[in-house]
Amino acid sequence: MQQIINFLIRNKNFLLFLLLLFISLVLTIQSHSYHKSKFISSTNFLSGGVYGWRYSISNYFGLKSENERLLEENKLLRNQLSFFTTDTIQTKYTDTTSFDKPYHFIKGNVYKNDYSKIDNYILINKGEKDGIEPDMGVITDKGIIGIVENTSTNYSRVISILNSNSRINAGLKKSNQYGSLVWNGKDPNIVQLETVPRQAVLKKGDTIITNGRSTIFPRGIGIGTILNYELDKNQSYFLIDVLLFNDMTDIGFVYTIKSNDTAEVRLLENPKTNE
Amino acid sequence: MNNNIPLYIGRFISLVFVQVFILNHINFWGYLNPYIYIIFILLSPININKSLFLVLSFILGITIDLFGDSGGVHATACISIAYLRPVILRSVFGLSYEFQTVKLSKVNFGQRLAYVTLMVFIHHIILFTLEIFNFSHILLIAKKTLFSSLFSIIVIMLVLVLFRRKDS
Repeated sequence: MQQIINFLIRNKNFLLFLLLLFISLVLTIQSHSYHKSKFISSTNFLSGGVYGWRYSISNYFGLKSENERLLEENKLLRNQLSFFTTDTIQTKYTDTTSFDKPYHFIKGNVYKNDYSKIDNYILINKGEKDGIEPDMGVITDKGIIGIVENTSTNYSRVISILNSNSRINAGLKKSNQYGSLVWNGKDPNIVQLETVPRQAVLKKGDTIITNGRSTIFPRGIGIGTILNYELDKNQSYFLIDVLLFNDMTDIGFVYTIKSNDTAEVRLLENPKTNE
Repeated sequence: MNNNIPLYIGRFISLVFVQVFILNHINFWGYLNPYIYIIFILLSPININKSLFLVLSFILGITIDLFGDSGGVHATACISIAYLRPVILRSVFGLSYEFQTVKLSKVNFGQRLAYVTLMVFIHHIILFTLEIFNFSHILLIAKKTLFSSLFSIIVIMLVLVLFRRKDS
């Protein structure tokens, strides 16, 4: 017994080192698996507050360009709206008290945006208090940027499309073929679309959009254009380089998409788990 | 050493703030950031209690991880160089380390550069290996380690020169 205690005292630094190493390695490994990196996250009040403070200063320097973008988006939306308001006779009426619109949009500001690592995250200043939950889609005026992964009362962390754990369904605008969107870690403005069947007819410059096959993103939100494409080794799927509409290094404001049908769709998809 | 505690606390907080606010957002050539917060580990007194030193390094690393959403990557790198520091000090400064008379502001330029280079390089290898965590990207790990180390070493040497304390 005496010898064991002596051994512990003699090697206490080494044992302490092993303990700390173990803790930090567990945290590291957890951070590399999707939906498990909960303990060390910037959504806590300290880092959230500090980033908020920084944002309130740096915010002023981008006001002009942000205004420009908002005006541009307004123009686009007004043009779209004019299609509907100039219709002669409205024949279809929806009872809005019983049919809620399928999607809600919650606006937010970006407090922190990474793009130089392999696993990048974005911190936004809206949280559970504002109705944000994990697995909601996040977009800007130009296109998608990620999916909410982790929320606290006031902040949420978005797993950026520039993250090796991110996989998002996306497809071609002109046909219904689809694949999954991943990132190879090289250029923050180019992502890869995998497993598009070789029957698809592709052309450089074609638009890639979300295809609405999940409840996270509605169909038709822009992602980017085809920069380059090739067949994979087995000659059965296309590997497509997609040039993003968004400049991922410059994101100011975002919209989080809350789908009102999620609960119903989940119930249909796995009826057993909800019994 | 006791009267220096406010200095160490101040150094800890200011290094974390500079790292998180400014240096994590430089992204030179798209991906290069200098990591200078390890100056705290470099400049800790050499006769510091080793257990305390390990715990402090862990807290330093985990704080940076908290702000950077990087899990435990910086914490691992920090405790590793904290644990290896006596070995590096002995190999660089030799006998004067054994007598505990080393003062980083007093040693010659070559020795200081060797010490900083070794510490930064080990830190960065561990950091980027764990951050990328994929051996199919081994070339990327090597590239990032090499260029980031160079960047960090230059900035750290500059900071050490600029903020040298004029003690008697």
